[in-house]
Amino acid sequence: MFNSPFLAEIGGMTRFAGRFFREGFRPRYEWRELLSQCYVLGYQSLTLVGVTGFIMGLVLTLRLRPTMVQFGAESWIPTMVGLTIIREMAPIITALMVAGKVGSSIGAELSSLRVTEQIDAMEVSGTNPFKYLVVTRMLATTLMVPILNLLATGLGLAAAYLGVNLKGGTSLALFTHNILARLTFGDLLSAVVKTVFFGFAIGLIGCYKGYYATNGTEGVGRAANSAVVMASMMVFILDLLAVQVSNLLGLN
Amino acid sequence: MQPAAAVAPLPATTSAPTAEVVLTVAHVSKSFGTNHVLQDFSLTLHRGENLVVLGRSGSGKSVLIKCIIGLLPIDAGTITVLGQDVATLGHAALDELRTKVGFLFQSNALYDSMTVRENLLFPLRRHWLAARRGQEEELVRQALADVGLPDTLDQMPAELSGGQRKRIALARTLILPPEIILYDEPTTGLDPITAREIDQLIRQVQQKYTTSALIISHDMNCVRLTATRVALLVEGRCYAEGTYEELRQRNDPTIHAFFE
Repeated sequence: MFNSPFLAEIGGMTRFAGRFFREGFRPRYEWRELLSQCYVLGYQSLTLVGVTGFIMGLVLTLRLRPTMVQFGAESWIPTMVGLTIIREMAPIITALMVAGKVGSSIGAELSSLRVTEQIDAMEVSGTNPFKYLVVTRMLATTLMVPILNLLATGLGLAAAYLGVNLKGGTSLALFTHNILARLTFGDLLSAVVKTVFFGFAIGLIGCYKGYYATNGTEGVGRAANSAVVMASMMVFILDLLAVQVSNLLGLN
Repeated sequence: MQPAAAVAPLPATTSAPTAEVVLTVAHVSKSFGTNHVLQDFSLTLHRGENLVVLGRSGSGKSVLIKCIIGLLPIDAGTITVLGQDVATLGHAALDELRTKVGFLFQSNALYDSMTVRENLLFPLRRHWLAARRGQEEELVRQALADVGLPDTLDQMPAELSGGQRKRIALARTLILPPEIILYDEPTTGLDPITAREIDQLIRQVQQKYTTSALIISHDMNCVRLTATRVALLVEGRCYAEGTYEELRQRNDPTIHAFFE
């Protein structure tokens, strides 16, 4: 039990995260590479996350409508859809899309650099590859996932408004009022905080899998694959924890 | 391509006992599980000499130079580079030391997402000195001229041939003028003509920059053309040491096997 590979993996990842906090906030700061990674990992995911968020909002509204009409609760659609998007759907969809796109690319990129000795080359040229490659990518995902979540939420809500108006008529003011009347500060806070953790976990897992890749090109594929699988799993586990913590803190 | 005539003949003396010692490997052992790669291995490198460590594939030659540069920790013994014990250095001190020690990887390890110019600028920008400010373009051009490839500035590594990649990797090593260069099998995987050009380049670099070089190889032509002294690594130990000619004339079958 105590020798299990799973526990070894958890231990390795915890040490990796510890090294991030130990080394990440000491000079020298890699601002240039951080900005570049924010562009690559964040800006280049805008379309993917935006489109997914929009479709999700529209589908959710259209699917919910018949049931709500059946119960005579049509006026509750904006509130239900709005809160679902803000609290759960947008953060989860954003995190899963980023885990798929960014987690795999980080895993593949770092593992390629590892197996072609480019990480060693950085090290022997007097550059700390952990700070240059890992810290910048982990910070970029931690910063970008909450921002991408805002985009997914905004477009999801816009799509929900469109969905409500496809077969009915609700003014934007009423739609907004219905959502805001039920939305609490705790909802927004927990959504933002958990996306920060989602972003950190995606960066951590992608970097860990890539940084310690072995076995040549086979290792590159394995690192990319396991980074996506593990990051996606971790998103759900963190979401479950976030619900429990929110309940404990009385934020729901 | 560099003309062969530009290279001066190798010195006749075997070693330089009076020259300053720049690198010492003393009683070093390194194991991976039950595989004892280095066992009580020792050697010294003097300023200005080209020392070739000769050994069979898998004999631990690459492990040795990775230990020297601090990429792998050693199990026992000491490695002293330019007067500093590598094992006791912290991150910052080790990074500082590494700016004086060049390392040419067997796989070249060029940054494949960067152009040749960016590859060469990378170490320069990591160790930005006021004295070098504004001269970076000139330094890049100079390093490329030194390796005979002045027109590859904006090419990607993938667009270059194996020999050209090796030269660019050497230029990247030279851009922060090193006192010692460690070559990991510099001619492996190259055709015989390109391999000889790389051998000449190694000697040109040594003469121009008066660097010391530790060359890991099992290519006997490379050994003959580049070595001022040869150390034979057999079963983790320094089995024999001397000039190419001295070792070639010995009757020991283990040594003789390399020269057949």
